[in-house]
Amino acid sequence: MVVSHESHADVDRIFHALADSTRRDILALAVGDRYSVSALAKRYPMSFAAVQKHVAVLEGAGLITKERRGRERLVRADVDTVQRARVLLEGIEELWRARVDRIDDLLATEKRTTGGKQ
Amino acid sequence: MSVTSVEKDPESLTVTVRADLDATVERAWQLWADPHQFEQWWGAPGFPTTVIDHNLRAGGQITFFMTGTEGERHDSTWEVLAADPPRHLELRDADVDDDGRPNDGNAMTVMIITIAERDGGGAVMSIRTHFDSLSGMEKELMGFEEGMRIVFSQIEAVLAGTPV
Repeated sequence: MVVSHESHADVDRIFHALADSTRRDILALAVGDRYSVSALAKRYPMSFAAVQKHVAVLEGAGLITKERRGRERLVRADVDTVQRARVLLEGIEELWRARVDRIDDLLATEKRTTGGKQ
Repeated sequence: MSVTSVEKDPESLTVTVRADLDATVERAWQLWADPHQFEQWWGAPGFPTTVIDHNLRAGGQITFFMTGTEGERHDSTWEVLAADPPRHLELRDADVDDDGRPNDGNAMTVMIITIAERDGGGAVMSIRTHFDSLSGMEKELMGFEEGMRIVFSQIEAVLAGTPV
């Protein structure tokens, strides 16, 4: 899996999906266990339709998939996609850590060459 | 001295980095205000940054490009939203193609930089990056694939329960 090959539209869908606290909560539940939409709906103070809509956004972003068990369709997290989102955020952090390292080097080199004067 | 905190907020799509610098506030400002210094720290090693235009005042533009290991060129155009030396700077990165035209009109990144005196000496620089559409996040990571691979292998190792 190489993150840079992810299309922009895919990445936008992932982050749009993660930008809502209910959806993040649903995703966290779906990582640990299998839930039907109606079982999820009982956990939130909102309508079944509203929860179903959140599930559809997560599914559209590839963060969860649905699998059939008997008459029920159960929601499960797609761990690969969740990892992609994490990797992007980690990547931004690492990018800035590396930049600050270079800034430190720049400042330190200057101090050495000017004897500490700025 | 270095990075003291990193806050990643998927809700507001922001990453806030705070760093202690062994420099005065005025000196830290020059990291952004002096194009030659900016070139030295913005790009990753192997991806040299070349500044073309650098007009650091509200309404001004900063344009630069980074050259990749295969010689490919990534252009950037920033609009300066606010510049109050030596403490406050706001930049908007318009996602543009090779001719400087917006690629899709919605991939914008805003960076808010604040610099303040640090208790006990030195300066604190905070960079809050707001990824408007998140296409900007991928764009900013261009030329950072090597680092991404390292991070990903670390995550893989953690998930697999093996020591990094």
